[in-house]
Amino acid sequence: MKYFYYPGCSLEHSAKEYDLSTRALMRLLGRELLEIEDWTCCGASAADTASRLLSIVLPARNLALAQKSGETADMLVPCSSCYLNLKRADQLIGRDSQTRGLVNEALAEEGLSYGGGVRVRHLLDVLANDIGAGAIAEGLKQSLPGLRVAPYYGCQALRPFADFDDPEQPHSMDSLIEATGASVFDWSMGAKCCGAGLMTTKKELAQELVADLLDAAKGADCIVTVCPMCQMNLEAGQKKISRMRGRPLEISIVYLPQLLGLSLAMSGGGLRLDLNLALTRPFKQRLAAMAK
Amino acid sequence: MAHSQALGAPGHSARDPFSEISKNLRACMQCGTCTGSCGSAAKMDYTPRQVWRMVQSGLKEELFTSRTFWLCSSCYYCTLRCPRGLPLTDTMAALKRVATAEKYANDRKSPPFYKAFLDSVRKYGRVREAEMMTRYFLAVKNPALPLSFVPLGMKLLAKGKMELQLPGVSRGGKLERLYKKVMELEAAQ
Repeated sequence: MKYFYYPGCSLEHSAKEYDLSTRALMRLLGRELLEIEDWTCCGASAADTASRLLSIVLPARNLALAQKSGETADMLVPCSSCYLNLKRADQLIGRDSQTRGLVNEALAEEGLSYGGGVRVRHLLDVLANDIGAGAIAEGLKQSLPGLRVAPYYGCQALRPFADFDDPEQPHSMDSLIEATGASVFDWSMGAKCCGAGLMTTKKELAQELVADLLDAAKGADCIVTVCPMCQMNLEAGQKKISRMRGRPLEISIVYLPQLLGLSLAMSGGGLRLDLNLALTRPFKQRLAAMAK
Repeated sequence: MAHSQALGAPGHSARDPFSEISKNLRACMQCGTCTGSCGSAAKMDYTPRQVWRMVQSGLKEELFTSRTFWLCSSCYYCTLRCPRGLPLTDTMAALKRVATAEKYANDRKSPPFYKAFLDSVRKYGRVREAEMMTRYFLAVKNPALPLSFVPLGMKLLAKGKMELQLPGVSRGGKLERLYKKVMELEAAQ
């Protein structure tokens, strides 16, 4: 089975381990990824502050490139913000002829056109529904018993497009986590916001949101994420946030494909846990002990 | 689907953006579900519910001295829960757009950040994080600002997850023609 693959900008740099572990996991599971040649930025939440048309044209350029390749496949997207923008562009172009006309006038500058039709899928959707917990359990090489994992979905994988999960009380990660032998940490914060881009422009506010999440995860061994921005916000400022709240809030943060890869005994080289910013010593010791 | 009510067609907003926004909020009944669902509401000077009313009432000047919409993180809870199915998150984005276009100086950091992001994409097609942040720091001109990002920058550099780069000053860029065409099309609307 094949997917178009749109990594997005973060996965080239600050979220390299998300890209590498996604590619390695999909290879192991026998899925082929066709990276979109010459892909460009989806516009994130910035494009919409300048121009509504630009916020549709930027993702549309990538959808058009995928279609032009001649292959037919769903588009796999690991970043929640990219997922939202690509999906939104596809829907607006498919539904509204005036938008479609304007977008295509712009895309003509690049020798491209797009009329809709590429199905945009979040990595979590593909893992939970195409691959499924059964395949993870079947391939299980290294069970992770006793590991308490807090599933964190964030916002834009779930909302506004409630395509593959409950946007208020998501659960698509549960069976995947259980398939690894780990247990799901029961919390109610899985769909709450990490502050996203506000960590750059409204740091104090975003840090409060992250502090609430880290606080609620007390008792879990790690939080697992499916978005480069969630991951960065949760892992980068833990010391500062612990000082802010006056209690230790350090906790390991890993990407879902890294966790699944661990249970499938993928080599450390493929998982790149060495690139994560927040892995606690006890967490590393647990993993080392389980691997023995 | 909640998101299906787009905020007008693109381009249309260039004519009279504020009345376009107002049109989309006509059905708001001031129930406050949005405010109750907003993770940022506690830090806003006006709550989301109040903002919709201000838009309906045409209180443009008051609204654009408020920082409320710059505190929207686009979590889409309000859009999901709005009993009238209004495109509320899109409306916050539309307000950011008007504030940027009409140069309301109600926020020192947000407009230069988004501009730096988009300039980086215009130039290289993809965001280069260090280059984009340098653009942002230069635009804000607050020497303390870069310092607050040094610890994270050092961590990313040490892990090989960021490449230092100064903003490119040469003319042209990967998406220059596409950007120009988009601006031209919007202006013509």
